[in-house]
Amino acid sequence: MARFKVRSLQFALLLTVLLGWELSVRLGWVDAFFFSRPSDIAARIYEWFVSGEVYRHLWITLLETVLAFLSGTLAGVALGLWLALSPTAAAVLDPFLKALNSVPRVILAPIFTLWFGLGIASKVALGFTLVFFVAFFNTYQGIREVSPVILANARMLGASGSQLLRHVYLPSATSWILSSLRTSVGFAVIGAVVGEYLGASAGLGYVISQAEGVFDTTSVFAGIVVLAVFVVLLDVAVNLVERRLLVWRPEPGQEGGTV
Amino acid sequence: MQDCEKTTPAVELRGVTQRFGDYTAVQGVNLVLTAGEFVAVVGPTGCGKSTLLNVIAGLRPPAAGEVRVFGRLLTGLNRRAGYLFQQDALLPWKTALENAALGLTFAGVPRAEAYERAAAWLAKVGLAGFGDRYPHQLSGGMRKRVALAQVLIMDPKILLMDEPFSALDVQTRQLMENELLRLWEEDQKSVLFVTHDLEEAIALADRVVVMSAGPASRPIGEFPVPLERPRDVTEVRLTEEFLGVHREIWSLLREEVMRAHGQV
Repeated sequence: MARFKVRSLQFALLLTVLLGWELSVRLGWVDAFFFSRPSDIAARIYEWFVSGEVYRHLWITLLETVLAFLSGTLAGVALGLWLALSPTAAAVLDPFLKALNSVPRVILAPIFTLWFGLGIASKVALGFTLVFFVAFFNTYQGIREVSPVILANARMLGASGSQLLRHVYLPSATSWILSSLRTSVGFAVIGAVVGEYLGASAGLGYVISQAEGVFDTTSVFAGIVVLAVFVVLLDVAVNLVERRLLVWRPEPGQEGGTV
Repeated sequence: MQDCEKTTPAVELRGVTQRFGDYTAVQGVNLVLTAGEFVAVVGPTGCGKSTLLNVIAGLRPPAAGEVRVFGRLLTGLNRRAGYLFQQDALLPWKTALENAALGLTFAGVPRAEAYERAAAWLAKVGLAGFGDRYPHQLSGGMRKRVALAQVLIMDPKILLMDEPFSALDVQTRQLMENELLRLWEEDQKSVLFVTHDLEEAIALADRVVVMSAGPASRPIGEFPVPLERPRDVTEVRLTEEFLGVHREIWSLLREEVMRAHGQV
């Protein structure tokens, strides 16, 4: 019941904003040239999907996102594991990693385009630099924060080094990595879209950038809406994966469980 | 226990000292745990009882002195010992069954056999049918039972216990204590049981060792507990002998507790 109430209020809010926008333009309070109109934007999105021209761009952006996400996560987890278990390496690399992470990634986009061309590789590279650090820091943290008691217990039960890694360190870090998946996916999308925006021949970022070039505000807003829905769907997918992999974790308030 | 006198002690500490930086936790500790004996170590908080267990477990080598396990000098982890920790030490991402089978899994026992034996142990500690629960779905007492099964399934000759029941409510605690005595009487492991609760120590042990207040604490008294076995920890507390032993040990322990508090 409460859920239904929240849903209806959300729907009402959305409707109010869209109607207000539509009316403001129709009554001439704001200029359609700068703000377009919800009805036009909806029509434009419908057009894109009916003609099918948007699918190519969606596919490219999705591909870049997934590749950046996977490569960044894998590399970040590998380095996180290594540094967490090797304090010397961590001490040596620490200032370099901090320096690299402090570079604003947008700055790198042109140079990646120069190195990797206008295709998807330069966008994957940009997303990689964002995702990598999220995965790295979370893995590092996850491994460093393994409870010393759990570790001592596993050792007393006879765990070897590789068994500790498999049964204790990795599962512990996994919960950290998974909790950061959302951030990672968001960053992968940012990498892809910003890369496309700054120089590409396909992708949602490219579509928006092209529309802006000719002051086609309807297409700009249409692109933004498609992009937003795209990210929300990815988020839902990530949420499903997270729930599947963290079945062992207590729901908030469930701690202590049954007696 | 007379013939045990002739055999090698399960654990023998000689002049064991442990430091953490500048802080000396325990100093010059001599302690013998006879094979098959149940010894309780009591002392005020911060007297280095856990430190002593970690040294015997081989988790942290002593700064000075030596540890002998069945006569052999201990280097590295103590493979003859099982350790029941004060805090929750179960793997939260494994079910009760997987947790109970953990040691066997590490030892390379085939999965089917390991799970079968783990299920039997869970039943033995009163958790039949709870194998597929994750630790957070179990109560504190149930988690302790899983931990007990996890340790005992490896059949350690020495059992190190660090205030294992201190987080439980009184009823659950006495239930667990009786259960522990029942399991111990089955195959008479050597148990070193650390606690700050004198009543618990007397109810369970053959011998109670009193530690002085820290820093640089060491054993300052040993008291045999002449209570008959098998015991019921609830009923034994009401006997005249129990109160006598309690009075005797408390007269020594009280000063140490006062000292520990004076320093805080």
